[in-house]
Amino acid sequence: MRVARRVAVLKGGWSLEREVSLRSGAQAQEALERLGHEVAAIDVSADLIAQLLEFEPDAAFIALHGEDGEDGTVQGLLETVGIPYTGSAPAACMRCTDKALAKHLMQEAGLPTPDFSAFKESTIKELGVAAALPSVERRLGFPVVVKPARQGSALGVRFARAAGELPGALVSALSYDRKVLIERYVKGRDLAVSLLDAPDAGGAPQALPVVEAVPREEEFYDYQSRYEIGMTTFVCPAELDPQTTARAQQLALDVYRLLGCHGVARVDLMLDEQTGEPTVLETNVVPGLTETSLLPQAADAAGIGFDELVERILSSAFTR
Amino acid sequence: MRDMFALTERPEVISLAGGLPDTSTFAPELYDHLMSRVAAESTARALQYGPTEGMRVALDCIVQVMAAERTKVDRDEVIVTTGGQQVIDLVCKALIDPGDVIVAEAPTYPGAVPTFGAYQADVVQIEMDSDGMPIDELESVLDRLASEGRRPKFIYTIPNFQNPGGVTMSLPRRRRLVEVARERELLVLEDNPYGLLRYEGEPLPTLYSLDALSGGPGARGGGVSSDFVIYLGTFSKILAPGLRLGWAVAPRPVLEKLNLGKQGADLCSSPMTQLFVAAYFAELTDEGEPVWLEYVERQKDLYRARRDAMLLALAEHFGPHASWTEPEGGLFVWATLDGVDTTDLLARCRDVAFVPGRAAYVDEHSGANSMRLNFAGSPEPEIREGIERIGAAIREQTSLFGSLTEPKAAIVELPQRSRRDDQSSAGGRQSL
Repeated sequence: MRVARRVAVLKGGWSLEREVSLRSGAQAQEALERLGHEVAAIDVSADLIAQLLEFEPDAAFIALHGEDGEDGTVQGLLETVGIPYTGSAPAACMRCTDKALAKHLMQEAGLPTPDFSAFKESTIKELGVAAALPSVERRLGFPVVVKPARQGSALGVRFARAAGELPGALVSALSYDRKVLIERYVKGRDLAVSLLDAPDAGGAPQALPVVEAVPREEEFYDYQSRYEIGMTTFVCPAELDPQTTARAQQLALDVYRLLGCHGVARVDLMLDEQTGEPTVLETNVVPGLTETSLLPQAADAAGIGFDELVERILSSAFTR
Repeated sequence: MRDMFALTERPEVISLAGGLPDTSTFAPELYDHLMSRVAAESTARALQYGPTEGMRVALDCIVQVMAAERTKVDRDEVIVTTGGQQVIDLVCKALIDPGDVIVAEAPTYPGAVPTFGAYQADVVQIEMDSDGMPIDELESVLDRLASEGRRPKFIYTIPNFQNPGGVTMSLPRRRRLVEVARERELLVLEDNPYGLLRYEGEPLPTLYSLDALSGGPGARGGGVSSDFVIYLGTFSKILAPGLRLGWAVAPRPVLEKLNLGKQGADLCSSPMTQLFVAAYFAELTDEGEPVWLEYVERQKDLYRARRDAMLLALAEHFGPHASWTEPEGGLFVWATLDGVDTTDLLARCRDVAFVPGRAAYVDEHSGANSMRLNFAGSPEPEIREGIERIGAAIREQTSLFGSLTEPKAAIVELPQRSRRDDQSSAGGRQSL
């Protein structure tokens, strides 16, 4: 028998991913209600703590994406007020959310991730980083992908196909975060592996079936198409040979453990068409739960319905 | 884009993004009085369904507004709608099948873009200059379409103080547009939400009235009714958007289709707010003037001062590498930056909001360096502060780009103060 809990679903907030978070939160809320929990949905703003203290939940279900919700800020706050919460702890959140940090850690641990360089906005002016760009270009080659270090989804992500496009791409990415990375572009298939902890404390995490995102037109599927039905075709389980599937899942598990994730995460990978090997782009500690999100699709392919998925995520609040 | 708009809802944000008029100037006592009157005199009617085409008392008010726009219409040519937005939707519903062509201005009303998209229209946009849509350009587009065997279902235009462009279609172009519509038997959707909010210059005739005048002897109503122009009006900007009341004036066959569409959409617009408008239009000042006209005059004074504050702030805070329109009325200024992407800029400006230009183009790529700024909805100090913040962010982007492309320039960069002095004389009216 499941235990009925008082659960505060944290959603919305003021990050650039507010709209997606509201949809994830609404989905989670409905599922939790169907599961018999007592649910209060909180659109996170200045009165978050006051609302939490008033509702006195057994756990907070974090459905926040992007800044604050995914970078460890809210998690740290919840620890301060002593409320158990779903998903990873602050340090793991920080390691995953800062793509540059995550990639440094993966390189150190010998896990594959595309070669890159990271810059802070201040260093461009104060340390004359522009002078280093030619050597970065030589090392990475074109095209490169320029990404805000700490922005979820695809907001602010730009391609640069030649040196002339790099400054503009950097300015764009820097608008979304003051730290950015320039990453070697890996052409290949866009895969995602979601990971879910076993329901019992101490249980090993489980890699769910691989999802492949097939963009319909653009060579890079943008922020909008990632969340609009019909803009991207998702194939789950991805049509891969068993060895490749196993390698992708094992790599995702290694990354999950390396970064210290808890409860749930989604690791995005590219299957390099030149080498045939998977390489890690980023890890999301609060994967989307919208109608078109990858985690629910992967869970479904593993025979885990949406409500069970939400229950498993909820249980991560009590197995830390 | 929608996700960017979420940012504008944060409390500390100065929003120049909305399409808002200022409703705080409406006297609470008058609102109270009007609501009480509707409640006391018309409880049952206010709570009941109304006719699809609108209540007679509301239609009479619309005839008065149209007269103020110097356009004579009869009650039976009008349909009351739930805001002007519903007219755009109903016209699409009546006329558009997937793939049909709509010709619109570039940039065009950002709120129309998703509506056109929802009906899967193929929108062809025509770049405007300071006199609005160039009609010779329109004609070559129509010729090109004709050569492909296609003709637009309608031409969508906002002739006065265009949203978002801020420009007004000149009289010769208005005349020519009506001629072209008649020659080629094409419908024009004339969206005119702010015609009465003119802060300077002479009012220009509506396309509807020009078309009605050019009707031949055989024209219905003896040259009073238009054959090719669908007129869209609204109480949102001259009174209050919260009422959700607008209207269409249209040629009979179109009107019938709009009526049918409205039956399916919502049966009728709220009788409660229609009665509110009727009560409001019956109010007279001590001098015997209609109160609604006096309110429009007061709003004009308010918005004129705000527009001037914004134009001054733009001259002070936007670099010499920006241009913007100087609207003679309406709510919006359209500013175009030199090489700065305004969607990125919005992400950088976390504490001030505007509409990135992409929202005004169906391809979502054009307009990348432009932005729509609303001056009507915010008090002058907020406008100045908001423009100053955007200006600072523009300088950040420009100087960052400079540092990345010319490393030496970063070291000898001019102090900001002197740059700003250079800017006070810059700007002014330019083509969009």
